[in-house]
Amino acid sequence: MDFFWTTLWPLIVILAQSVLLLVILLVGIAYILLADRKIWAAVQMRRGPNVVGPWGLFQSFADLLKFVFKEPVIPAGSNKGVFLLAPLVTCVLALAAWAVVPVSAGWVIANINVGVLYIFAVSSLMVYGVIMAGWASNSKYPFLAALRSAAQMVSYEVSIGFVIITVLLCANSLNLSAIVGAQEKGLANYLGVPWLTVLNWYWLPLFPMFVVFFVSALAETNRPPFDLVEAESELVAGFMVEYGSSPYMMFMLGEYVAIATMCAMGTIMFLGGWLPPIAVAPFTWVPGIIWFVLKALLIFFGFAMAKAIVPRYRYDQLMRLGWKVFLPLSLAMVVIVAGVLQYWPVAMAAVK
Amino acid sequence: MTAAAVFFYLFACILVASAFMVIASKNPVHSVLYLILAFVNAAGLFVMMGAEFLAMILVVVYVGAVAVLFLFVVMMLDVDFAELKQGALQYLPVGMLIGGIFLAELVMVVGSWAIGPGIPTAITAPIPTGITNTEAIGLVLYTRYVYFFEIAGMILLVAMIGAIVLTLHHKARVKRQSISAQNARTPQMAMRVVKVRTGQGLGSNEISSKDAGSAA
Repeated sequence: MDFFWTTLWPLIVILAQSVLLLVILLVGIAYILLADRKIWAAVQMRRGPNVVGPWGLFQSFADLLKFVFKEPVIPAGSNKGVFLLAPLVTCVLALAAWAVVPVSAGWVIANINVGVLYIFAVSSLMVYGVIMAGWASNSKYPFLAALRSAAQMVSYEVSIGFVIITVLLCANSLNLSAIVGAQEKGLANYLGVPWLTVLNWYWLPLFPMFVVFFVSALAETNRPPFDLVEAESELVAGFMVEYGSSPYMMFMLGEYVAIATMCAMGTIMFLGGWLPPIAVAPFTWVPGIIWFVLKALLIFFGFAMAKAIVPRYRYDQLMRLGWKVFLPLSLAMVVIVAGVLQYWPVAMAAVK
Repeated sequence: MTAAAVFFYLFACILVASAFMVIASKNPVHSVLYLILAFVNAAGLFVMMGAEFLAMILVVVYVGAVAVLFLFVVMMLDVDFAELKQGALQYLPVGMLIGGIFLAELVMVVGSWAIGPGIPTAITAPIPTGITNTEAIGLVLYTRYVYFFEIAGMILLVAMIGAIVLTLHHKARVKRQSISAQNARTPQMAMRVVKVRTGQGLGSNEISSKDAGSAA
């Protein structure tokens, strides 16, 4: 009985929490997918999906059923094991990142010391889903798409890494909850308007890095304008040409979960996580999770608008942007932020 | 404690099995994938030892970057490795003999190894308590071990510059895009509005071919 309470019970609690998070996350993903299509449609003055359910609200579930009930076709020349493993890798890794995301004060499954590094590590593994799918399909276009996408994802990870470092320098911790906690006080207190907490968050002092993070997150998740993985005019449909039914759905799911993860990362690092934007009465009554979701949705709206507005980059331009613009810029910002924090006590007081 | 033991044996078994599969699998891409699995499990073992920072860095650097390049190279090689491995069996006795000698020597060396008292504390920094291991590594990496750190950085820099020098050729005939030059263009530089008279064409506006060339 003692064994049950010390070993099994915490395991059961963690399992229950994980299942709860997964269910909420997946329903949320169904609706941000719909939101993505609706926003895209609205920009192009179309209606978007509006047939299944009121205002098309059940469209994602109809799509889910459609994918699941189709027959999965495995090409004869493919490497079967790797071919089926690739969508699983994409999907599982994308979901695994959410284990450390704090959605409100203390609302996190694993409050680990190196939370930021964990998310960074997991998102750097996402590239394997793409490479394995491209190689295992044993077909030209998927392979080419996998090669260029792998190069793209590895390149933009470098600048995301430096963005994370600047945030860590300011927050003095790798723990995601501690990073949000570090944004409770800051510039607003220094300026004498402590109720205007929106100024405390790191988007203001680290604004260039916020922009670099946003663009790199688009590239890292293979979103337009950097969706060269599935540039349909050049590569048919990218690395998932040979995929259909459930395996294809898992790629889509993994992609959107990764996007949600990036939105959550941006919220935590730059938009103060679950903290209210103005610390006066009606705003402080709202629970932290609502603020977190609203901020993440704000960043996702940016993702969706970028998809609708910006034309696709050419591949060499994409590489140039990553290596020749973002890398020097973020490297310089790491040095500048570290120097300012070290040698200018005023800045130290303002950020902390 | 039991959960920790279960996870230790889980990670350790998968690590050893996948390390074996790296050399045993016929397909080189599968070998690299097993190598990645071995890396991830090694990271799991690091976490169990409380070295979570090292574990995450292992995954980010080796799995996220180095192994991707491995995979790149292996996928693009069109070598029939099964054919290469055909002759491996006839060298097996010699290989096993050499391996056995190495193993015996290693056992002898490690078995007779003795570390003087006080040496471990003299050559390594004392392990601080009460702070996370990320902070602990940071505190010694840039102070006590700064020269080693800098030397490692210099070696990597030299390797990087060497690779660039070996592969970078500027071909004169290749057209390159200069984005700053493109952004600096104005409508006046790029085009010219002309009124074309009916029946006379552009000739009446006296555009010489030289002008048209510079405008384009």
